[in-house]
Amino acid sequence: MKLSQLVPGKCGIIKRVEGEDSLRHHLLDMGLTPGTNILVRKIAPLGDPMELNLRGYELTLRKDDAEKIELETPANPYSCASCSAACCPYCKKDRGTK
Amino acid sequence: MKLTVALVGNQNCGKTSLFNQLTGSQQHVGNFPGVTVERKSGFIKQSFIQPESSNEKNLTIEVVDLPGIYSLSPYTPEEIVTRDFLMKDKPDAILNILDSTNIERNLYLTLQLEELGIPMVLALNMMDEVVAAGNSIDVLKLSGNMQLAAVPISAVKGDGISELVQRLMDVAVNKKKPAKIDFCDIGPVHQAIHSMTHLIADHCERRGLPARYCATKLIEGDKIILEELGLNENEHEILSHITTEMERDAGTDNAAAIADMRYSYISKVTSDCVHRVGETIEQKRSTKIDALLTSKYFAIPIFLGIMSLIFYLTFGLVGKWLSDWFGMGLDWVTGIVDTALTLYDLSATAHSLIIDGLFAGIGSVLSFMPTILVLFFFLAMLEDTGYMARVAFVMDSALRKIGLSGKSFVPMLIGFGCSVPAVMSTRTLSSRRDKKMTIFIIPFMSCSAKLPVFSLFSVIFFPDHAALVMICLYVGGFVMAVLSALLLKNTAFKGKPVPFVLELPAYRMPSLKNMWLSTWEKAKDFLRKAFTIILGAALIIWFLQHFDIRLNLVTDASKSMLASLGSFIAPVFYPLGFSDWRLATALVAGLSAKEAVVSTLAVLCGASGAGLSSILQTILTPASAVSFLVFTLLYMPCIAAFAAIRREIGTKDAVAAMAFATGTAWVMACIVYHVAILF
Repeated sequence: MKLSQLVPGKCGIIKRVEGEDSLRHHLLDMGLTPGTNILVRKIAPLGDPMELNLRGYELTLRKDDAEKIELETPANPYSCASCSAACCPYCKKDRGTK
Repeated sequence: MKLTVALVGNQNCGKTSLFNQLTGSQQHVGNFPGVTVERKSGFIKQSFIQPESSNEKNLTIEVVDLPGIYSLSPYTPEEIVTRDFLMKDKPDAILNILDSTNIERNLYLTLQLEELGIPMVLALNMMDEVVAAGNSIDVLKLSGNMQLAAVPISAVKGDGISELVQRLMDVAVNKKKPAKIDFCDIGPVHQAIHSMTHLIADHCERRGLPARYCATKLIEGDKIILEELGLNENEHEILSHITTEMERDAGTDNAAAIADMRYSYISKVTSDCVHRVGETIEQKRSTKIDALLTSKYFAIPIFLGIMSLIFYLTFGLVGKWLSDWFGMGLDWVTGIVDTALTLYDLSATAHSLIIDGLFAGIGSVLSFMPTILVLFFFLAMLEDTGYMARVAFVMDSALRKIGLSGKSFVPMLIGFGCSVPAVMSTRTLSSRRDKKMTIFIIPFMSCSAKLPVFSLFSVIFFPDHAALVMICLYVGGFVMAVLSALLLKNTAFKGKPVPFVLELPAYRMPSLKNMWLSTWEKAKDFLRKAFTIILGAALIIWFLQHFDIRLNLVTDASKSMLASLGSFIAPVFYPLGFSDWRLATALVAGLSAKEAVVSTLAVLCGASGAGLSSILQTILTPASAVSFLVFTLLYMPCIAAFAAIRREIGTKDAVAAMAFATGTAWVMACIVYHVAILF
């Protein structure tokens, strides 16, 4: 599953970052390394780019670039089960008191 | 003793606030050689350096504010400038400022800076926000883990700055290099970096480069470092062997392996000394504000509302008040000088030179000041609060279709007010391609100075549809900008657009001091760079207006050199339907300021009001009037805008931009004229 396919409010874990050298390097530098939890906060009003939350900050990325980011395929991609509480206010709410 | 300190940090980490706190208003702004990356420097206030009991006498510390970057990779001009400065200018110390609310990503740069082996201090900014949220960072533990002095500060409030400077002095004066530069756990990456360090140790020593830093960068595939080290063929081979082996053992490629090594180390450090309960108050608040400001239906209306308000305040309320005030002051001084010169009985020519040339020139420079001051104050506010990043986020999709990014939108909009600040505000665009392209299309946004020309002609020739004609002109300018962007995207600026990877900082209250300093800096910059060229142009136009080609002083405007010039170029406009020399002359005079088109026409026709309108009706038909308006709308901007453009993108590109605008104007006016005469 690609990051660009994730819907707002849902989290994923980065598996692999592809793309050409400078973009890829920049994404890695910004903390989008394999194993990182990432939440899609929202999509911009005109349908692109996406607002993401990772490592405690907000980042925007165009869908074309998010296409280059492969996510881990959990059993149920929308369950947020593997999301760490700190990164994801949405699923924290979902998980209630847990 | 004089020390140089480099201020380095991520974007949005409060670097400018800290810089302003450290240096006060004593700042020097310039460019790094060869690139248009801004270089700001200033001296740390003596009050920080010498509290009562200091034994350091005559110590001055210069701070160089390096561009906000996330990493030391060789991909953006900002990163390259920072690397070059740190490695070649060898500052005595690095002051690394971090956003404590976002410490993980900020430490990523810190790890790379440490490898440079330059004495370094960490300034943990926004610590007040961390504490207010119930989170905590154990500064002592962090400092121990990183083997660096770390000081919690609040740059906006000014807390912790004295202690920071004391630590900085201690580290810089005693040349305390970072004790620890080894951040890799035992494993393939560790092995690779260490063998690489050994391999290149001699090369690095000979060239005075930090070996550990170079080794890491080489493994990351950094071509600039590779070139600088001048490895021989054998060493090249070993390098690729080391990298391949590491990739094989780590099960991933070089760039990801190194990034992962750094972030893993950071996670270890933060799990030890950062206690995080949840998001800070500011972060939670930002999510709520964004629920409205970047929401699906309200984002664009709210943005347009905010921009309208700023325009109204800049060009209407405050700007007008300031303009009037400036104008009155200038008239008053001009009046005094005028009287004094008359009393002194100075020759009429010299008198005219001073009053009509010099003072009028200064007046035209100063007439931009209120606009620039007010507009940049508001822009600084949008930038400092964090709203500007949201604008880019919201508008990116639309701008992308014409080959630009969301960051170009605000400069384009400002173009409707005045091209000068619009061009100056492109400085926030990180990509040079985007910046050039934005500057090329800004002149098509009809600036407020063209309004008098539009209203004069549309009232005379289209009395029943004047408003409609003016709206069409504005829309036409915008459409031309879009079409030009599409054309440029596929021709001159074919290069691939820069990826849009932008941090959205938490909304924060802007600090008045920062906004004022940023505004003042823009105003100073404009005055310094534009004064010479605008004043020079005003004097040249004065000269052309008052002398004929045999250098006799003329009393009849139609005999002046400007009029001759107008007559000379008038045939160029024949295909556009207007070839009267007075119109051509007015267009030339319009280069000093677009309002001058109307005033020059009045002078040359020797009439104003109804008289001017009847003369214009004899030399123009409605079709040629439309063509004249289209040409005025699109042709090259005034000298002040040219000066600003030249400052941002250099003489060659600035001239190209002028030629592009004027060429487009000619072609469009020609088309419009020939279509119009069909009806």
